[in-house]
Amino acid sequence: MRRPGRDNAESQRRITRRGLIVAGAQAGFVGLLALRMRFMQVEQADQFRLLADENRINIRLIPPTRGRIFDRDGAVVAENVPSYRITMVREEAGDVDKVIARLAKLVELDPDELERARRDLRDLRGDTPVTVADRVTWNDISRVAVNTPALPGVTPEVGLSRRYPLGPDYAHVVGYVGPVSERDLERIDAPDQLLLIPRFQIGKIGLEAKLEELLRGKAGTKRVEVNASGRVMRELDRVEGEAGADIQITIDNDLQSYVHARLAEESAAAVVMDCETGDLLACASAPSFDPNLFVRGISVSDYKALLENKYRPLPNKAVQGIYPPGSTFKMVTALAALEAGQVDPAETVYCPGHMEVSGRRFHCWKRVGHGNVNLHTSLRDSCDVYYYDMALRTGIENISAMARRLGLGVQHDLPLTSVAAGLMPTKDWKLVNKGEDWVIGDSVNAAIGQGFVLASPLQLAVMTARLATNRSVSPRLVKSVDGVEQPTGHGEDLGLNENMLREVRKAMFAVSNNRRGTAYSSRIIEDAFRMAGKTGTSQVRNITAAERARGVTRNADLPWERRDHALFVNFAPFDNPKIAVAVVVEHGGGGSTAAAPIARDITLQALYGEDPPLAAYPAKDRGRIETQQEKLRRARPQHDSDESDRA
Amino acid sequence: MSYLEYTVKTTPTGLRKILYLNWPLAILLTAVAGVGFLMLYSVAGGSFTPWAEPQMKRYALGFAVMLIVAMVPIWFWRNMAVLAYAVSLVLLVLVELFGTVGMGAQRWIDLGFMRLQPSELMKITLVMILAAYYDWLPMSRVSRPLWVLAPVGLILVPVALVLRQPDLGTSILLLAAGGALMFMAGVHWAYFAAVIAIGISLITAAFQSRGTDWQLLADYQYRRIDTFLDPSSDPLGAGYHITQSKIALGSGGWTGRGFMQGTQSRLNFLPEKHTDFIFTTLAEELGFVGGMSLLGLYTLILVFCIATALNNRDRFSSLLTLGIAVTFFLFFAVNMSMVMGLAPVVGVPLPLVSYGGSAMLVLMIAFGLVQSAHIHKPR
Repeated sequence: MRRPGRDNAESQRRITRRGLIVAGAQAGFVGLLALRMRFMQVEQADQFRLLADENRINIRLIPPTRGRIFDRDGAVVAENVPSYRITMVREEAGDVDKVIARLAKLVELDPDELERARRDLRDLRGDTPVTVADRVTWNDISRVAVNTPALPGVTPEVGLSRRYPLGPDYAHVVGYVGPVSERDLERIDAPDQLLLIPRFQIGKIGLEAKLEELLRGKAGTKRVEVNASGRVMRELDRVEGEAGADIQITIDNDLQSYVHARLAEESAAAVVMDCETGDLLACASAPSFDPNLFVRGISVSDYKALLENKYRPLPNKAVQGIYPPGSTFKMVTALAALEAGQVDPAETVYCPGHMEVSGRRFHCWKRVGHGNVNLHTSLRDSCDVYYYDMALRTGIENISAMARRLGLGVQHDLPLTSVAAGLMPTKDWKLVNKGEDWVIGDSVNAAIGQGFVLASPLQLAVMTARLATNRSVSPRLVKSVDGVEQPTGHGEDLGLNENMLREVRKAMFAVSNNRRGTAYSSRIIEDAFRMAGKTGTSQVRNITAAERARGVTRNADLPWERRDHALFVNFAPFDNPKIAVAVVVEHGGGGSTAAAPIARDITLQALYGEDPPLAAYPAKDRGRIETQQEKLRRARPQHDSDESDRA
Repeated sequence: MSYLEYTVKTTPTGLRKILYLNWPLAILLTAVAGVGFLMLYSVAGGSFTPWAEPQMKRYALGFAVMLIVAMVPIWFWRNMAVLAYAVSLVLLVLVELFGTVGMGAQRWIDLGFMRLQPSELMKITLVMILAAYYDWLPMSRVSRPLWVLAPVGLILVPVALVLRQPDLGTSILLLAAGGALMFMAGVHWAYFAAVIAIGISLITAAFQSRGTDWQLLADYQYRRIDTFLDPSSDPLGAGYHITQSKIALGSGGWTGRGFMQGTQSRLNFLPEKHTDFIFTTLAEELGFVGGMSLLGLYTLILVFCIATALNNRDRFSSLLTLGIAVTFFLFFAVNMSMVMGLAPVVGVPLPLVSYGGSAMLVLMIAFGLVQSAHIHKPR
């Protein structure tokens, strides 16, 4: 196949020409590519670099370690222990039900918790880790870890969870933490980012709730590199947060556990206060409950049981419970009358067993009457008529003002939930709140701590401490925050006349040391620790005419809910007051029989700092006390010997 | 001058042919493949498995194949052109009937030891048959309508078959390479003007027909075009590839993040980082400097091919070499345009760099033909 040479030469020229045109086009396109590359990689590099970083870098919160809580001697009251949990991320899991089914074969899943987890997995953002199983064992964790490939989106995690090693003893004071709820979030204005972590634990009641900000600390942040499916590949850097503050409270654990054991199954509250500093050495409400139940989320049945218990374990009766103070209020009336100059300590009033006031008969608890009584004997014997008379002489406004000076009817500043203000009525108060005028009978009732008057055990302890010291001692619960000592509740001079106070104190001494005193049977015979006190028995009902006719007035014959409250307040030692104690036994009957023995035992325990010697008790009680001490020793945990619990 | 006029004396024989090999071209090819090995090593997280090592073996095999093809006289290949084209066409029909469906498209026939992709083979055989056709056709007839229609048919039949697979990238490559070859063979420019005009109206028609019963492209092809026109419209769906690829490329900067330091590829933000999108990894890790170097290597390969083509007085050799150069150019130009957001994602690998056996082997055969033309050129 030969072709003319001319044709061939012409063809070759054309190929060269056209080839060069195509080569030129190619060169042009290569140039375009180079320009485009330059534009993206040089001009726009920063912008793309930023996008790449946004792609790969996530900012994660590092939850801070919650501050611990110690008693005044360093015993651990609230601590953080490692806990293992299993979390799941919806986006990574894909088919949630299938993965959960596989997980259920490896680890036992609680149906309630699983129900909640399913709800969270459905409702929350797809990239939030949801806790599927909490507080699982190390074995469960390792089983899950080994099977990770079959469980997409499932991560075994180690976290810290709150533990209250001393359990029920601090349920009311320290309270408990629980997972943050919708309601909690609504309550807080600008919630910390931390609170948005699902199941993040915050204080729910008590100190844990009130000192939440201090205890929580500040979240740290870490920047992590994630891959396209969101898995964390490595940590780039981190800004450490601040751990929550460690808090030392004024409670003395040995005393607190004794008080709880002593109150035992009663529905009762007791407060022990240091007269010098106002430190609450014990603050107990019985019965109690295990706060650890709440940390994890209490089961419905357990919670129902707590709610339905007629002794009401949930509220902190020591600061929330308000009771008519009964005869423990008589010191207030006495001091008001003395200060107003309406009575002389030596002046006698005749008690026939009752008193007619504006056509109504007010009884003394002793029907046959006390005869002639003065300040001293009226307090010692707890004569009512003397105080009815004082009320008529002094007027409610003076009594009310005195009560406030002594710490009743005012809300004390304590980091606890629902600290009750109690009620110290005035004429204005009744008009505003009841829409009725004050009548003289109201004053008469108020004079013996009945009627409208209401006070919490805490307030009664404060009152007693103020009577003992003539200072406005105020309660303190937080001793130090991160080692920084907090101001004490030492208080200013109250400005009460010392001579008048001395008369009142002497009468209180007689209550528990004079053979005729209402609390003589609960006396202390160790001279160094003798106490001065006052009994109180407050009615929770009006005795009906029909009951009176039948003669049913004995407490023991009444149903529990209608029995009188038993109260006792005291300070000790008499010569040099160190502690003030208030005890309220709900529906306990008489103050002298139900409350005074408890207060006495607590007082001795507090003053000795250990089980008191039997010699401090009256000889005839020693046998019984010995048995009781033995029983209580067995009832309370022996923390003294366990040094590992100490900080 | 045709092969019959060669003086046997001037043509090297036997092993002496090795000395007449276009060595600069062979070295350039190896350099580009070397870049590929490095990048495959990097995207595997610093490991020869699973990609770098098989790729190296394939290149070694490919290089051997290139040498064997180069040793065979070019006139043999010219005589084989028709047969090769016919075989490719039959294979394309077979893949249509029996092919394995992969990645949403029927592209290969499983031969047991390797997966044969007939559309890859067609890229060379089409160039071969067109070069042979214009070698045979007297110059005077080149622009005659009937003689123009024949090569158009040779081009369109495989294009239609490939489009049915569906593989838009390869069809465009075949169409463009075939067209370029006709242009270089000297077909009157008016034909091209007409084709471009028709092309524009076809594109318009393709868009107009969307959503109707007779729409010209598959839905996924429309989506790819949409995504190309506005990647941000679907940043986590179809636009994900383009967006992530641009981010990776752009974030490289002047000198890149460093070898094996590319966050986009290492953290799996990049799709198909070892195949079609490997250039983004290179650009991210080695930056503008690295990207330009590879582009430079490619350009040099083109320059050497065009130089030997224009120095070859044999019409077949010259057209074949130019055609292969154009095909090679189209490969990397389309791939780079795609990853830089200049073209829609059409699934064209980066020649000699992307992981893949078929494409590598076919390219090495093509360069074997270029070498053969170089060795056996009339002297």
